[in-house]
Amino acid sequence: MTDVGTLASDTLFGLPLADIWFGLVFFILGMFLFLDGFDFGVGILFATRDDKHEREQLLAAITPFWDGNEVWLVVFGGALFAAFPAVYANLFSRHYLLMFAILGALILRGLAPEMYEQREDEPWQRWWGRAFIVGSFAAPFLLGIFLANWLLGATTLMTLPGIIVGLTVVTLTVVDGVAFLRLKTRNELRDEFKTDGYRALALYLILVVLTLSAVYLTAPELRSALLSLLVVGLVVVNLVLTGIYAVATRSDRYYVAFIAGAGLVFTLVSIIAGLMYPAIDRVEGLTVGTAIVSPLPLNIMSIGAALLLPLIFLYFGVLYSVFSGPIEADESY
Amino acid sequence: MLDPVLASRIQFALTVIVHIIFPVVSMGLAPFLIYFTWKDIRSDKVIYEQLRRFWTRIFAVSFATGTVTGLVLEFEFGTNFAAFSKTAGELFGGPLALEGMMAFMLEATFLGIFVFGRERVSDRLYFLSSIAVGLGTWLSAVWILIANSWMQTPRGFEVVMEDGQPIVHLVDPIAAYLNPRFPWMFVHMQNAAVESVALLMAGIGAYYVFRHHIWGYPIDNIEFWEATLKIALVVLVITAPLQAIHGDLYARHVVETQPQKFAAMEAIWETDSYVPEYIVAFPTSIQDLLDPRAKEIFGLGIPGGASWLASGGDPQATIQGLNEFEGPQPPVAIVFWSFRIMVALGFWFILLAFWGVYRWWRSELYEDDLLHKALMLSAPLGLLAVELGWIVTEVGRQPWVIQGVMKTSDSVSPGLTGAEATATLVGFAIVYLGLLTLYTYVVVRIIRAGPPDGDELTTAESSSPPQTEVSTDD
Repeated sequence: MTDVGTLASDTLFGLPLADIWFGLVFFILGMFLFLDGFDFGVGILFATRDDKHEREQLLAAITPFWDGNEVWLVVFGGALFAAFPAVYANLFSRHYLLMFAILGALILRGLAPEMYEQREDEPWQRWWGRAFIVGSFAAPFLLGIFLANWLLGATTLMTLPGIIVGLTVVTLTVVDGVAFLRLKTRNELRDEFKTDGYRALALYLILVVLTLSAVYLTAPELRSALLSLLVVGLVVVNLVLTGIYAVATRSDRYYVAFIAGAGLVFTLVSIIAGLMYPAIDRVEGLTVGTAIVSPLPLNIMSIGAALLLPLIFLYFGVLYSVFSGPIEADESY
Repeated sequence: MLDPVLASRIQFALTVIVHIIFPVVSMGLAPFLIYFTWKDIRSDKVIYEQLRRFWTRIFAVSFATGTVTGLVLEFEFGTNFAAFSKTAGELFGGPLALEGMMAFMLEATFLGIFVFGRERVSDRLYFLSSIAVGLGTWLSAVWILIANSWMQTPRGFEVVMEDGQPIVHLVDPIAAYLNPRFPWMFVHMQNAAVESVALLMAGIGAYYVFRHHIWGYPIDNIEFWEATLKIALVVLVITAPLQAIHGDLYARHVVETQPQKFAAMEAIWETDSYVPEYIVAFPTSIQDLLDPRAKEIFGLGIPGGASWLASGGDPQATIQGLNEFEGPQPPVAIVFWSFRIMVALGFWFILLAFWGVYRWWRSELYEDDLLHKALMLSAPLGLLAVELGWIVTEVGRQPWVIQGVMKTSDSVSPGLTGAEATATLVGFAIVYLGLLTLYTYVVVRIIRAGPPDGDELTTAESSSPPQTEVSTDD
């Protein structure tokens, strides 16, 4: 059965498969940070709402989706493990306590909405509401720290750039959460989220500038990559997208704002990937080319991904179209 | 502070033992839900809508809890078993990634439609969603069991030393993925999941039937609980005998492929023929606890039974003893007792199933209070049997993490400190036991609340104008 090894050559459209998988791993991470990101954002915005009915609307907006959204994290772990097993092993064991903190936050975040709806009484809902908010804030914050540590090759738990990137990811999830909630709500509630969106966007802009400065100052080896055409171009695109988001939010073009929000996540993840490449594990000195799994399993995975990813987009298309449009005021599914 | 290897092993065992409950409930419920959905769409009977809605709630809670607990497992290979992940990544990472893309995605997206979309989609799409969810849960098991069975009977690979570390290279994917253990594990596991859920259903149904018919409490929706009990008994009477049949064949396969594990299951130290099958065996001293049969104070065995079981019919057959294997041995007592209790439970379930069906056939199903009590007590025992089966499988293969290739003691992350490992172990012990308590609490609440009321469902769904409006207008 070794003929699978020769079925696909080690390049596709002139690109080495290793590079394609590097891109794919970050694309999957981007899908997670966008899709579950707006869930996190909704969780954080949950803190701004006291009204029981409004809180239930926020929960109803995400309940049919979040299971599917969170699976992108599972796929991210699996893809990294399958394509770059050494990186998977190094990265997660090096950030041992951080990984467990992320998992703890995700447990809280995943469980809280499910539990919230199990009982009607006030103390129960108050406590699970708090758990939902804490988990929704902590998960993207810690994931941001993880991303910064990965990029900068940090071996300590907390670094200043890590905290800045963490806060950047948190504000970005709020930006996306607002865009999503403006699609899913109506009237006054929909208008009120506008202000949250502007504030989060302004904070995001400041934090992006801080992030880039922090990378420039703390990682001299990344300076040339930071000033490369690709990264500068991505930063420009990112800034243009914030403009589009702001204008679309002002003129109530909900879908445009939502798509711009998605673009913000993908360009941010691309900036990180672009800064990192060709290294993939700075601490161990691994590059994409050296860390990649051997050709036979790589080809099997490539065929698998080529067949399955379009199917996954089909599932998501069906799911999001079934539950498209604003939730009705009395609807909580 | 615990040793990082020991702490990692306890942590993994703990997280798996808690996690496995949720996928087992999901996998076991999936065929029931497909059936209820089909009947709900095809017939006008309210009971099928009640069954679908009631069990979907339990499925949804199990799925959510399973997702968050399973996420931890996926990352634990990297955090705690980095050496294993590096060595076996080529063979182990692929199935995990494919599980996520092929199975988990299908399950998670269509679960959204299945749980919340009944009013929004056509009957056809709704039924397809139930199948997609069920298929997703079962395909998940396929990939996870491919990964696990490869560790039990590794095939299709070669080991190459790279930078002083052994790296497993995939050579023959068909041989590796469809390794000899996989079909046995899959059949035994899936049947166990359906059987465990049937036991849960039977126990819950029996509780309400008992209260209503024996104690005479008025219970709304008693027809719902009677139907639950009957459906569960039908499934139980099919799955329970099957579990014993392929369990026996599976054990013979273990003799061939993992003789050390089989010797531990039977606590056989010296190679011998005409080996008895011990039902129970107690050692004389605490020091001998690792060997339940050493200088036994009391042993009750069927002469030639173990030989008969191992060879598939020859009581004179020779069985390899543990002393033939060099190096450390698996903890014999844990394996010996887990195997025994699992098998005993399996036979108990067969008895229970036929007892119930016999009473039903005699039209005495609602009158036998002893049967009801037995079913109630047995409700969680299917899950217990699954846990014990996995303990036999996983503890029985120690000291190997990959049979004959890599030792568990060499698989732990090299940089991991005892302090880190102990801290997360304590944290997860608290979180996971909390999760289990919370899950049980929520499921019990759902059961106590019962199905949605039959009358509400019919009025909500009927399109005829309400009669009361006419009378109040006049």
